Amino acid sequence: MTSLGLYVPGRTPLHRAPAGVKLALLLAVVTVVVLLPPVGAAVAALVAAALYPLCGLPSHHLWGVLRPLLPFLALIALFQAVTAGPQVALGVCARLAAAVLAAGLVTLTTRVAEMLALFERLARPLRLVGVRPDWAALVLALTVRCVPMVAAAWRGAREACLARGIRPRPHRLVVPVVVGMVRSAEALGEAMSARGLD
Amino acid sequence: MIRLENVTHAYEGRRVLCDISVELSEHRIGLIGANGSGKSTLARTLNGLVVPDSGRVSVDGLDTRTDARAIRRRVGFVFSDADTQIIMPTVAEDVEIGLRGSGLDRAEIRKRVDAVLARHGLADHRDHPAHLLSGGQKQMLALASVLVTEPDVLVCDEPTTLLDLRNVRVVEQILRGLPQQVILLTHHLDVLDGFDRVLVMDEGRIVFDGDPGEAVDFYVGLMDRRS
Repeated sequence: MTSLGLYVPGRTPLHRAPAGVKLALLLAVVTVVVLLPPVGAAVAALVAAALYPLCGLPSHHLWGVLRPLLPFLALIALFQAVTAGPQVALGVCARLAAAVLAAGLVTLTTRVAEMLALFERLARPLRLVGVRPDWAALVLALTVRCVPMVAAAWRGAREACLARGIRPRPHRLVVPVVVGMVRSAEALGEAMSARGLD
Repeated sequence: MIRLENVTHAYEGRRVLCDISVELSEHRIGLIGANGSGKSTLARTLNGLVVPDSGRVSVDGLDTRTDARAIRRRVGFVFSDADTQIIMPTVAEDVEIGLRGSGLDRAEIRKRVDAVLARHGLADHRDHPAHLLSGGQKQMLALASVLVTEPDVLVCDEPTTLLDLRNVRVVEQILRGLPQQVILLTHHLDVLDGFDRVLVMDEGRIVFDGDPGEAVDFYVGLMDRRS
């Protein structure tokens, strides 16, 4: 698990593989999947799904990766089936599913820190334009860290509305959430300074 | 040795520290006072988070105005709201980042992180999302993240405010067992029992400086008179 509830600790070969290797493999797999015929892409999607339990990932993780994709797959399948035929619809949806499932495998088996270290290495050329790669990586880490902070601020503002008998409509939540996030950002900045990360 | 000389500071025209001069050398020092008395600002001057408008704060001869980075390596700071102190997504990553740029190799960093997590009861939460820890565990993480860098001084700004009694006791025990100098700001007055020295702040000034028992009595009396 990570702050986004993604990384699942494990000792499988995929967990132990370096982040760079996994990303390169992902790129290769997605490229191959795009070139496969519809039935081949469907098989690839099934193989990707089958890798989840093999990597020690419980079924709810597979469902968690697939669920947000399903509405889009349904729409795309409908549109493609009507305009280009069922074979094309199967091919497009299977390629998308295979690619997302493969990406999910990488995310679920890679620590954020490893990803950031890789990002830091990849960002080294940015030194030429005056950007420090370690700081770029830290910004990325903070972005990841801020996702649950925003979610918590939203939940807090919503509960505050409900506790006072007010319907928590989005326009009522925006201001307290933004104010809360600005305060949190200031506190986070202070904490970073205190830990010598300024 | 931390030394404050004629330290004065104001926020938007409101004076929060008024001409404070004090030397802090004891092993355990408490700092108490009502909300808004200036104790948090004073604590923040000790590692350069706040640079006073006038006067000088020095740690082992280093001036917070000019040597803030060096001072922050010597003076660790723990905030009351551990949530805002967590920088990285997972527990181990958050501890590790304090050692960034320390020059230690990966194996040594891992060893230190594992040791500090074990000492703070977080070894089983190594890869857990930091924001999903309980309040007590988050404060343990905040302490671990600061202590992994092995500072000489630890300034704790009300680290027990958001904790239940059990976790207050845990934090108290950890603080008592530290080899470092500890400067503790707290509203839990019983935690100060056994401290070497306690300062009472009021309206930006140190109004009492001495033995913990007497300091607590003075503070309670002060609050009684106010109410």
